[in-house]
Amino acid sequence: MASATILKSSFLPKRSEWAAAARPSIGRQPVAVSFTVRAGSYADELVKTAKTVASPGRGILAMDESNATCGKRLASIGLENTEANRQAYRTLLVSAPGLGQYISGAILFEETLYQSTTEGKKIVDVLVSQKIVPGIKVDKGLVPLAGSNNESWCQGLDGLASRAAAYYQQGARFAKWRTVISIPNGPSALAVKEAAWGLARYAAIAQDNGLVPIVEPEILLDGEHGIDRTFEVSLKVWAEVFYYLAENNVLFEGILLKPSMVTPGAENQEKATPEQVAEYTLKFLHRRIPPAVPGIMFLSGGQSEVEATQNLNAMNQRPNSWHVSFSYARALQNTCLKTWAGRPENVKAAQDVLLVRAKANSLAQLGKYTGEGESAESKEGMYVKNYSY
Amino acid sequence: MSSVKLSAPSSLWIGGGRPLTRRAAFPPEIRRVAAVIRAGSYTDELVRTAKTIASPGRGILAIDESNATCGKRLASIGLDNTESNRQAYRQLLLTTPGLGEYISGAILFEETLYQSTTYGKKFVECLNEQKIMPGIKVDKGLVPLPGSNNETWCQGLDGLASRCAEYYKQGARFAKWRTVVSIPCGPSALAVKEAAWGLARYAAIAQDNGLVPIVEPEILLDGDHAIERTLEVAENVWSEVFYYLAENNVLFEGILLKPSMVTPGAEHKEKASPEIIAKYTLTMLKRRVPPAVPGIMFLSGGQSEVEATLNLNAMNQSPNPWHVSFSYARALQNTVLKTWQGRPENAEAARKALLIRAKANSTAQLGQYSGEGETDDAKKGMFQKGYTY
Repeated sequence: MASATILKSSFLPKRSEWAAAARPSIGRQPVAVSFTVRAGSYADELVKTAKTVASPGRGILAMDESNATCGKRLASIGLENTEANRQAYRTLLVSAPGLGQYISGAILFEETLYQSTTEGKKIVDVLVSQKIVPGIKVDKGLVPLAGSNNESWCQGLDGLASRAAAYYQQGARFAKWRTVISIPNGPSALAVKEAAWGLARYAAIAQDNGLVPIVEPEILLDGEHGIDRTFEVSLKVWAEVFYYLAENNVLFEGILLKPSMVTPGAENQEKATPEQVAEYTLKFLHRRIPPAVPGIMFLSGGQSEVEATQNLNAMNQRPNSWHVSFSYARALQNTCLKTWAGRPENVKAAQDVLLVRAKANSLAQLGKYTGEGESAESKEGMYVKNYSY
Repeated sequence: MSSVKLSAPSSLWIGGGRPLTRRAAFPPEIRRVAAVIRAGSYTDELVRTAKTIASPGRGILAIDESNATCGKRLASIGLDNTESNRQAYRQLLLTTPGLGEYISGAILFEETLYQSTTYGKKFVECLNEQKIMPGIKVDKGLVPLPGSNNETWCQGLDGLASRCAEYYKQGARFAKWRTVVSIPCGPSALAVKEAAWGLARYAAIAQDNGLVPIVEPEILLDGDHAIERTLEVAENVWSEVFYYLAENNVLFEGILLKPSMVTPGAEHKEKASPEIIAKYTLTMLKRRVPPAVPGIMFLSGGQSEVEATLNLNAMNQSPNPWHVSFSYARALQNTVLKTWQGRPENAEAARKALLIRAKANSTAQLGQYSGEGETDDAKKGMFQKGYTY
């Protein structure tokens, strides 16, 4: 008797094909092929990684600015955009002592994943020794979406499988892909569908190669719309995202989400209190996020450092069905960058400032942030109209 | 200023407002229409009703058998299928003192909604006195689905709005619509899509007329498939259901679900323990059901009375993000019917049997069922191949 080889699920008939094959004339018995939803070999590791990143009192430090964007940060403190300067800045961040108490994961740009610190130690190794899981940005940026209302789509699926595999080899254990939705531009059904489908395909490929995908459809702050409109769009976007994630057989226990909080548009007259932001955001999460998803790591998207912390804190005043935490870039780095100002003698002070922000957000994740001792600087909004990442 | 229509027809605007003009040199004023997700007048009541039905320690008694099906029940104890026999049987059930301690809702067939006891008291009134919410079956049954693999679809949308409004006037506060999915027949993508879309349309119409919709896509027990296959199909079905519920702007806080538990097919060689069934079923729920949904009321679908209780109990061994309970017909009525035999002198014993089963399932909802004192009869399976409701 011939032995049956174990087939990976990708070789088994797709559901639509199976259904077509099973549509015979009356009387023919359809052959029942029983295949599992996720045949990936990384399933257990993905679940473990996601749970680790979503651990109580911890969140993500997003430091995956592309070289161009990192250049803007360096320029703001009068530094040139050189590899050495980027290396110096990233060394400062990842070497902050005890950072791992508040930070469970760090998202890196490709250059940084392969870089060493100024002392010659691999940045990935520094992170691991700090008990911080290294992550990697895998998308290839936003480009105009033809047939839309001046909207964009996120590219990066080509060669993604091999890229992801190589990043895994290099030590990355989670990935991130950021697409955007613009409320002033509609959003059009096309833009929403493309954003959701791209995220779902990326997520499936990432998991197939051992990386926990962070799913990030950022609904931009730009616009003068009220909070109800943001709420409505969020519901629509995330319904689409989850539908396609399911269709792509993504393992929900092995993903993390990176949504925007539900707030009014930046140009709307009314500002919402943290309690209002929490109320709307939690209501949207309740309606869209199945409890299998271990962690929801909010982006800060232009909020001030303190706003981002207060809003997160307001969302954690009662137990949630998922870990509700942060994945902040500007809202963690802003004051730190300014304190450093590119000077070696300021490194310690800058690291202290980073730890202050990380700890504040850690407390917010636990719902225990009190807001004492915040500087005026950290309360300054960082919204930039038409901000490009 | 001339306005240019968007060239791509697929770019429909999400959330109302007319199509945006393409950005010209001088962008025109954009009129933003903030469309509210649920403009229905029953919102608060729907949420309250759903919460009441999904109250701790309570579940649903399903007695909405059509006249034909009720006839089968009566025939099994040697009674004719007359209106007065149906009245006598339903009266026996609904006037059981203390039933409301374990039962939060009762699904009725249309005839029963308008019926009274033999002493002239409206059944709806009897239920309200017992603090049991009256519900009503609103679908018009299963018919063959052309182009499928001998599968069916559920009809009932025509005139549904006015039917629901009438039922609400008559005292119903929740509705039920049962469609089926057959694993031996595929299921085909068509059958799943039709089932999900029908449910979503029904749910929106029901809510619009004050009735909390119970959403029931029953995945039939028939078949020799393994439990993994059931899980896969269940995940597919519920993903589709929630996607269309969202698209139809159904208020998730105002619905109830009536899924089948995830078990092996009835003709599968291995039986699954309550712990395995609980594990697979909860995995499915966690992957597909957002916490906004207040209650998940399982159907028994051919399981024995005791099996149905054991399985429910196993699912409630730790806290869930939603109320996990029962909506049983045969698994509550079977022994009652046999005890009654249509004889008035057996009424008290029959009522006692009902309370025993109701209390057992109430305890199971709380995760505290011990299984003591169950009869052999209660352990007998009730699966019928090709069972039609």
